[in-house]
Amino acid sequence: MMTLLNYSRATQLSIILLMTSLGLLSQLTHANATPTSAPTPKWQQTIDQGAGDTVYWHAWGGDVRTNDFITWVGEQTEILYDVKVKQVKLSSTSEAVTQVLAEKAAGQNTDGAVDMVWINGANFLAMKEQELLHGPFVADLPNAKYLDLSPNAPATVDFTEAVAGLEVPWRLARFVFIVDSKRVTKAPLSMAQMLTWAKANPGRLTHPVVSNFMGTTFLKQALIELTPDVSLLQQPATEQAFITATAPLWRWYDAIKPHLWRAGKNFPENESIQQQMLSDGAIDIAMAFDPAAAAAGIASGLLPTSARIFVPSLGSLGNVSFVAIPYNASHKAAAKLVANFLLQPETQAHMQNINILGSFSVLDPTQFNETQAQVFADLPTSEALPTLTDLGPTLLEPHASWSVKLKQQWSQRYSQ
Amino acid sequence: MSLELSKFSVINRQGQNLFTPVDFAIAKGEVACVMGPSGVGKSTLLNAIGGHLSSDFRIAGKLVLNAQEVTHMRVAERHIGILFQDPLLFPHLTVGDNLAFGLKAKVGDTKQRRLLVEQALDQAQLTDFYHRHPQTLSGGQQSRVALMRALLAQPQALLLDEPFSKLDLDLRHTMREFLFDQARLRLIPVLLATHEPADAHAANGPLVILKPHSSQAL
Amino acid sequence: MLSSHWPKLLMLIALGMSILLPVVIGLGEALRAAFGILPALGRHSFSVNAWQQLWQLPGLISSLRLTLFSGFAATIMALLLAIFGSSWVYNSSLKLSFLGRLKPLVQLIIVPVLAAPHAAIAIGLAFLIAPSGWLVRWFSPWLTDWTLPPDWATVQDLWGLSLTLGLVIKELPFLWLVCLVALKQINVAKQMSLAQSLGYSHSLAWRKIIIPQLYPLIRLPVMVVLVYALSTVDMAQILGPNNPPTLALVTMRLYTDANAQMLLPASAAAISLAMLMVVSILLWEVCVRGLMLINKVSIRSGGRASKWTLLGTTLITALPISFILGLLSLLVLAIWSITWRWSFPEAWPTSWSFDYWLQLLTEWPLALKHSLITALISSGLALMLAVIWLEVQDRFGGHFYRATLWFIYLPLLVPQIAFLYGLKVSFLRLGLSGGIGTVIWAHLLFVFPYVMLSLVDSWRALDQRYLSVAKSLGSSSWTCLWRIKLSLLLRPLLIAWAIGMAVSISQYLPTLLIGAGRVESLTTEAVSLASGADRRLVGVYGLLQALVPLLAYSCALLLPRWVTLKHMK
Repeated sequence: MMTLLNYSRATQLSIILLMTSLGLLSQLTHANATPTSAPTPKWQQTIDQGAGDTVYWHAWGGDVRTNDFITWVGEQTEILYDVKVKQVKLSSTSEAVTQVLAEKAAGQNTDGAVDMVWINGANFLAMKEQELLHGPFVADLPNAKYLDLSPNAPATVDFTEAVAGLEVPWRLARFVFIVDSKRVTKAPLSMAQMLTWAKANPGRLTHPVVSNFMGTTFLKQALIELTPDVSLLQQPATEQAFITATAPLWRWYDAIKPHLWRAGKNFPENESIQQQMLSDGAIDIAMAFDPAAAAAGIASGLLPTSARIFVPSLGSLGNVSFVAIPYNASHKAAAKLVANFLLQPETQAHMQNINILGSFSVLDPTQFNETQAQVFADLPTSEALPTLTDLGPTLLEPHASWSVKLKQQWSQRYSQ
Repeated sequence: MSLELSKFSVINRQGQNLFTPVDFAIAKGEVACVMGPSGVGKSTLLNAIGGHLSSDFRIAGKLVLNAQEVTHMRVAERHIGILFQDPLLFPHLTVGDNLAFGLKAKVGDTKQRRLLVEQALDQAQLTDFYHRHPQTLSGGQQSRVALMRALLAQPQALLLDEPFSKLDLDLRHTMREFLFDQARLRLIPVLLATHEPADAHAANGPLVILKPHSSQAL
Repeated sequence: MLSSHWPKLLMLIALGMSILLPVVIGLGEALRAAFGILPALGRHSFSVNAWQQLWQLPGLISSLRLTLFSGFAATIMALLLAIFGSSWVYNSSLKLSFLGRLKPLVQLIIVPVLAAPHAAIAIGLAFLIAPSGWLVRWFSPWLTDWTLPPDWATVQDLWGLSLTLGLVIKELPFLWLVCLVALKQINVAKQMSLAQSLGYSHSLAWRKIIIPQLYPLIRLPVMVVLVYALSTVDMAQILGPNNPPTLALVTMRLYTDANAQMLLPASAAAISLAMLMVVSILLWEVCVRGLMLINKVSIRSGGRASKWTLLGTTLITALPISFILGLLSLLVLAIWSITWRWSFPEAWPTSWSFDYWLQLLTEWPLALKHSLITALISSGLALMLAVIWLEVQDRFGGHFYRATLWFIYLPLLVPQIAFLYGLKVSFLRLGLSGGIGTVIWAHLLFVFPYVMLSLVDSWRALDQRYLSVAKSLGSSSWTCLWRIKLSLLLRPLLIAWAIGMAVSISQYLPTLLIGAGRVESLTTEAVSLASGADRRLVGVYGLLQALVPLLAYSCALLLPRWVTLKHMK
């Protein structure tokens, strides 16, 4: 530095220019995702607080590609923020909910075991009601600008429950059907068609157990299609309303039940096992929450190459997967850094790449600049991968009370 | 009834005879003694005759009981009783049930069987011992019960593997006489393995000395 | 005289408390919640609401029926087969026949199925006998003309038969081993010779003489098997039906329901399950006593005729079938672990891949490390504690023996799911959660009883005269006693240790709940991946889980031989 002052002005300027451009160059050749704008003081504080921590992200561990993606996220955040990510593999999200609940019961209000949890729907409702969540914090994230946070946008409502800034979306879910196109040439596109199809192909259709999220969703999908007045579903369910709204559903279900797999006496435990049955050839129609499920399954050898997606012509239920931070998390700042990273367009594009994960991004494309939009456009495609337009309209999720009642009523009617 | 052994020997895994093959016969009511140095195979011989040989051994020769060849017959069909050094009364049964176990099935109904067991107890001078547990009996008493149990099964021959070695001199004498009396009464051939010359003397029957087969090799 | 025993008495009490206390605490918490007291949810008042909720669950009676049927049928079948198998091992008349020559192989056949965790066997079996499973694939389509799997209920059938089958396959080797160890205490050979010389056939002699003496020695392990069969979660999930499932699964579903209010009926279900165990054990004992009485009557009648040929034929065919199915289940997991794609009706995978094994080398060390550390420490500790316990009892003179045995085995006689959640909350209160230390303690709760179970018979059967001789030769110090006792008991000690390793590796709920997800083990990883139904991964993890105990057993069986060989040189 001292020697710099000995040189002439021109040399000084060129040296400074060189160093600045080198600095810029090094920034550009850095990891995939780089924060492009300078952080606000508040965000800088978060970055400083979170540096050096390990975030324990409790997430369902049943899909290898998701697990690999989470590992990749951890590698990137380590480079960017010196924050490591440790995935705690769950068989069911409720395991994390009960963990935090138990900690609250024991009075452990700091240093909780769960830093971040992949969550939505009933689990989110449970945590929100029990005041187990930290926040609201979504607005604090710089990358929240890429989200469509207008009222009633998918990112602000989780199964009719207001998100209220308590959870960050990270991947899109749509209820879709998967068929083996070799065996099913004309897919049934409505519940009525499904009944005819089931009668013609007995034992080739089933749904997961109703206590499982996917099983309830199938019933909800059928309810939306068959109920006389759809707007009622957005209100909490009253006894009378429930009876009238679900009457056609139960009629249809009574008609289809004898033609289900195992004559409707037993059901697969979850969607993964159902997809495995499809692969085995035991059934012809399976379900998934991920529109990329068929392509991903083919790529990982779990589904036959002829697997294809279809959605009912009326549209299908859609929801968003979120991450939330418990109120007593040990590493809140670091968790926010990871959540923010998930919203980075480059991250979402990486996730949407069918060779990596294939889940659809939750970002609002109108917020992209040209380069970012190009990244998305350049993503590889596959025959088994539908485009967003292929998926048709998204149906609104009914109020949570409908799910609860559906489950109860189904159990009462059809348990042996 | 008689028990005849011809060129009878036990062969081990390596194909060698344990002892020089024996030939002898025991007549009804006779008590024969088999003697020999320790480890020569007296117990093995008795096991071979009774049919209890382990799979490590093979039999050579012939064994005839009452004009029927029983060399390779199954144990349950041979009707050859055996008594070991330990009385081995079944610990989960009472004395009476132990005896009842020995009693043949076709003998009468419950009342009659009970009677027979009581009679056997009387003979052994153990009246009123029906409900006692074997562990509460003395060594001598247990031996007597064991003997009666074997006899109640109405065996066609009886083998005894040093049954008195754990008893004191007086008891030994009493038991021996008791045994010989019973054998003579029921007219069954008895083979007694022992290393007490006094036993052989009292038995007054055929004496078999077992010689180790490899004695020449030494 | 008693004063000198006080320190030892205290030690026994301390040991007992550390085993008994967690169970009592856990059950206590569950009991409180079942009657409406759960502060975390804002419930502070006593109420029986939870019980009403539980009773109103649809299909509860069917669940009860299913649980009782599968639990009892599996235990009875496994026990009969184990006893029958033991009689076959002791049958000297099978000398040179084919069956006789198989005897040395018994250990080899038992060990893999014994070492493999329950979940692994269940998944393998489920694939083996499913309508789209391996057995059907072998015979399709050339024999059966099927290009699509038939809609049969061979797995997850409503009667629970496949669950019963899975339980039998897994419990049979354990009970067989237990029988063989117990039989060493009875003078089997001589008693069988005696009985047969009295005219009884081998099987009849076995039934009337050996079994009544054997049963009191194996009573406790049989109880443990019964409790497991009635309260298993992982096997029921994979092989049992789910509409309605077994009671243990109903409890599990309530505990994991997103609606936190369900924790109360969940606790009620947990307490019901615990009470069901008590009732079942009593019922079992009553039936056994009844059978023993019938046996006594038939002994008095002196019948020599063998009326059991039908049962005998069933058992003789069922025994090898059970082992073949068990080994095939493990084999099919191995095949899946190197498969890429395997479609119906191919008899073998369509395409292969070693990717998953290679991936394992880079990704897993932590879970493997955790499992190994936990297993080694908990089984080592358990072994030490067991030896101390038994030695102290020996010096005490076995007064409390029977009583203390029952409360050592308490953690095995109470369903895990009934008390682990309550225990977790208590641990949290003490600030003891999420560390590998507490996980080891939680494992110790279950490993210690098994280690004791497998060690106690051999220990007690040790000829005391060896020790008398040693003492008379001047060695009255502890170390010499240890040298003699422990070297004489080397084999049983190592086998007990191997069993401890196997039990620790297969623990799922303890690691999950007490470790708060911070301690991942081979089993937690495997089960969470099994929920994704990727059979290839499950194949890899299932095999890994079985590998560690297998290595432990091999050590246990080979080390003593190596030691004696060294001595002989």
